[in-house]
Amino acid sequence: MNMDALLLSFRLALCVSAILLAGGMPLAYWLAYSNWRGKFLLEAVVALPLVLPPTVLGFYVLLAMGPRGPLGKLWQTLFGHGMAFTFEGLVLASVLYSLPFAVQPLIASFESVDRKLLDASAVLGAGPLKTFWRIILPLSIPGVVTALVLSFAHTMGEFGVVLMVGGNLAGVTRTVSIDIYDHVQSLEYADANRMALVLLAISFSVLSVVYAVNRSVGRQIGRRLWTPWAAN
Amino acid sequence: MDTVGSELIPALLTARVKLERLRHGVSPFVLDISLEVSPGITILFGPSGAGKSTVLDCIAGLVRPDSGRIIAGEEVLFDSQRGVSCPPQERRVAYVFQTLALFPHLNAEENVAYGLDGMPREERSARVQEILMAFRVDKLRARRPAEISGGERQRIALARSLVTQPRVLLLDEPLTGLDAELKASILDDLRAWNAARRIPILYVTHSREEVDALGERVIAMDHGHVLSEGTPTQVLEAPRRKRLAQAAGFENLLSGTVMDLREADGVMRVRLSESACEIEVPLGYAMAKDRVRVAIRAGDILLATSQPHDLSARNVIEGHIVAMETRGTLVRARVDCGVEFIVHVTPGASRTLELAVGRLVWLVLKTHSCHLVEE
Repeated sequence: MNMDALLLSFRLALCVSAILLAGGMPLAYWLAYSNWRGKFLLEAVVALPLVLPPTVLGFYVLLAMGPRGPLGKLWQTLFGHGMAFTFEGLVLASVLYSLPFAVQPLIASFESVDRKLLDASAVLGAGPLKTFWRIILPLSIPGVVTALVLSFAHTMGEFGVVLMVGGNLAGVTRTVSIDIYDHVQSLEYADANRMALVLLAISFSVLSVVYAVNRSVGRQIGRRLWTPWAAN
Repeated sequence: MDTVGSELIPALLTARVKLERLRHGVSPFVLDISLEVSPGITILFGPSGAGKSTVLDCIAGLVRPDSGRIIAGEEVLFDSQRGVSCPPQERRVAYVFQTLALFPHLNAEENVAYGLDGMPREERSARVQEILMAFRVDKLRARRPAEISGGERQRIALARSLVTQPRVLLLDEPLTGLDAELKASILDDLRAWNAARRIPILYVTHSREEVDALGERVIAMDHGHVLSEGTPTQVLEAPRRKRLAQAAGFENLLSGTVMDLREADGVMRVRLSESACEIEVPLGYAMAKDRVRVAIRAGDILLATSQPHDLSARNVIEGHIVAMETRGTLVRARVDCGVEFIVHVTPGASRTLELAVGRLVWLVLKTHSCHLVEE
């Protein structure tokens, strides 16, 4: 089994979900609470990766990162080498690709916090920052966990964007899914199967954890969704 | 706890607020109100949709009026002319919402301590302890809102607002859904708390019973305007507008024509529209042939199953029951006397008199149970 590929995918997924959590929260906060008229445009941009073929996204990211692209040029002057086919380039592309998977659960959970609680917090003397940390975030824990896990799992399994932007450099950009593809191309079905099983197991356990956590946290903060038929 | 200065100058809340809201499909909602709230409880009374909660939202800073001025004590909270608009977290205006808005993930103690950040730990827990005792919920400190009863939640919401030592307290129907006894006991605790502090409390309600129970100064409003102010009796017993009269619990609003005035007796006779029904009502500002409206509470009407004699009541009207309906501890009967009356009787009375649909009955109205209402 190719441990390099597995570890690389892990490292990539960890970086991406950390960046998405840090950057996704202010973005989601703004999208949930802003009254700006043009908000729908940004909402559409955030959701784009859901509908675009990964190759299209990867293609434009590759152009931007290329030696003649704006990002590529900037990277070249800052670090002295190109951005395409590097781990950093892969991280950037994956962040864009997994953006809706982090931001949309966050928006949904921020929006479902009762606005009266925010009013109550304000009249009790709290500014927006305290209200976010003490009220909105604790009540949005299920959304945060969902965002974290979905962006992690989605990055673990991505293929098209990685292939376009990262290529297939062992230890640098050869992720699990590319490794599987390689094995299949070389008719090494047994190797492909081992890798695929690992990915399947990881995805399944990760999702089980999300649902388990959401259930127990939701019960604690009294926000469990239920139907009258499931009450017993 | 109070400074000497704030004890000498009674804190006053004055608010003049104008606000126009476009509404989809109907004419815009216009709020244009000016009120003065002195220390102690003042009731803001009116039907739902009158704009009561919007007034509170403006005072708390959650809604920005188009223009106006809001002053609490000596502090200007909002002044459109001078461009002053203090954000809600700096107003020191406590606000208990109808839904209470307790934080579901915090226990009672954490909820109450929420507004006391930046205070030394010992002082904070002392203050929290003190107010939990004052509202008799100190035993529930470790419970979450979902784990306690409605009345206890209301006490904790009050404690959470008052522990911050606000300049003004706004209450938006905070005691709906509680039984009268529990309501009275919470209000007693609130009065006791405020006896020493004397802050202005603006208490919003649409319930006539609550106005009677509180018995303080009332400001009646509807359609975004103040209709009248004064004691509950002044404001409620002489309703000036049809909508307010309904809100004040007059189930019967009848239009009619003044037949003649009997000034020596202090009464006039009114013929109810489209009927031969004539009733005697107290003399009002009306002339013969004027059209007037008469408001009568369903509970003020007596019902008899044989024609009554030798009564002091001047109005005895014959009719028959067209519908009956039991609502909790009262029976609501609709009686057709040419015009339709709604009459409330107790279930016991209904059984004893064997009231039923179609039964011939006589309605007895005291003259002073008939209130003239301005058109």
